[in-house]
Amino acid sequence: MQRKVIFKGTLLPILLIAPQLAITGVFFFWPAGQALYFSVLEQDMFGTSYQYVGLENFRTVLSDPGYVSSLWTTAVFSVGVTALALVPSLYLAVQVDRVMRGKGLYQTLIVLPYAIAPAVAGVLWLFLFNPTVGSAAWVLRQLGVAWNPILNGDHAMILVVIASAWKQISYNFLFFLAGLQSIPRSVIEAAAIDGASRQRQFWDIIFPLLSPTTFFLIVVNVVYAFFDTFGVIDAVTSGGPAKATEILVYKVYNDGFRSAQFGTSAAQSVILMAIVIALTAIQFRYIERKVHY
Amino acid sequence: MQRRSEWLPHLVIWLGIAITAFPIYQAFIATTWMPPDLAQAPVPVLPGPYGLDNFARVLFDGGTSKVGTTPVGVMMWNSLVMALAITLGKIAISLLSAYAVVFFQFPGRMICFWLIFITLMLPVEVRIVPTYQVVVDLGMLNTFAGLTVPLIASATATLLFRQFFLTIPDELVEAAKIDGAGPMRFFKDTVVPLSATNMAALFVILFIYGWNQYLWPLLIAPAAEMDTVVLGIKKMMGGADAPTDWNLVMATALLALLPPVAVVVLMQRWFVKGLVDQEK
Repeated sequence: MQRKVIFKGTLLPILLIAPQLAITGVFFFWPAGQALYFSVLEQDMFGTSYQYVGLENFRTVLSDPGYVSSLWTTAVFSVGVTALALVPSLYLAVQVDRVMRGKGLYQTLIVLPYAIAPAVAGVLWLFLFNPTVGSAAWVLRQLGVAWNPILNGDHAMILVVIASAWKQISYNFLFFLAGLQSIPRSVIEAAAIDGASRQRQFWDIIFPLLSPTTFFLIVVNVVYAFFDTFGVIDAVTSGGPAKATEILVYKVYNDGFRSAQFGTSAAQSVILMAIVIALTAIQFRYIERKVHY
Repeated sequence: MQRRSEWLPHLVIWLGIAITAFPIYQAFIATTWMPPDLAQAPVPVLPGPYGLDNFARVLFDGGTSKVGTTPVGVMMWNSLVMALAITLGKIAISLLSAYAVVFFQFPGRMICFWLIFITLMLPVEVRIVPTYQVVVDLGMLNTFAGLTVPLIASATATLLFRQFFLTIPDELVEAAKIDGAGPMRFFKDTVVPLSATNMAALFVILFIYGWNQYLWPLLIAPAAEMDTVVLGIKKMMGGADAPTDWNLVMATALLALLPPVAVVVLMQRWFVKGLVDQEK
């Protein structure tokens, strides 16, 4: 953690670190503290005074059917995004790892969607699946599916899951490919000599050896689905139809800005903070373990 | 090894790439036609003749059927200023704080380090309302300062630089001291040049992060002339009463994704390094 040879001085390092501390203090810790503080208070009818209410706001939030259904929506959404972003990227990474020629080109092409903003990704897929003008929607109609994400909640969910997973495939692909390349060739060749089929090789050797990468990516993708997909939801469905795609982050925004419910909005923020802390802790525990491998 | 079956993975990969690229291809086609050509699915297979017209129109007029949209040229400029300010700000501020934490011993050093580290667990999304309130109280609504300064703190960049600084050999520091160079001189002449690769890697990741911001500008800069391009697209789409001019919306979408994609293509080597290092 500390170097042996260092410079003397107290004022200089404090000045150097001051800008970062000032920004984190004003824009991170103060607001987070406010959220914690207001989560245990209730505003009176006229919004002039506050009263300490203990965990009342949390009880209100967690017993609100709207919140519970948003929790459920978030769960479905993140499982969908994680699965759809992981499976194809693993499959593609295995194929790219197998080929001799063209690796560099393939990697470049597959990695590109990572750079696209979630909201822009959302708009692109929205066009493709628009019931009147979209080509993909047209294909679905030819197949006899009454596709309409504007009215049908399940269709809307499928659409935001696809749009959110799309750009995340690039990220997962890079990590899977790196993981595959670190598996010693000799292990796989030994299995091949023993007559194991490609499928056996994958499920019995490659997949277990990749499990640290897979686990790490699951956490990263869940975090992404929870917190970085606001743009997709807002641009594609605005949480609708009938709140079918209102994930937690979108609900905090909606409740906090549209309906200005102070205490319960703060309580929602605190619950989200707890979720981030839990996910980050899982992520770091895992990294700790990776070092020992 | 198995030469005979080599073509199969190539086929699968190209199929994957085709599916992944399809939305962009469709968007491109849409930018080359006029609304009547796009009114009914499916979208034409080949590009039409109106590409230049559509791009020129969104860039300079902002002329969708929705009144009062900002020209996309202005939005692109706003996005560029925001992305560069966030990127360079984060790099500068993290470089300085990592230098302070690694090369000095001062009271509260570890507390400072942990305070910065903890911000990893406080993304904007979980403290939206109170952070918005702070920006309002400071009178920073609809300013570039409000748009960028609160996002400039960076735990990941600080951790990355700290990791790298710990590997700088002691001999270099000793030599600088013998030459009579002070800490700032050493920082400028040795540490910054040595960090060039790390800065390039961070630049790619952070530029994408900055350019793609959505929730923050939505809250902090509601004024139309402050619109960034990622945010502006949504405002260009029609509601129940107005039809969407897909040719113009898709032209804007392509313009919005071009700069970050270009940065990744041009700086690919650093991009991969940046992504992987960030998670260490």
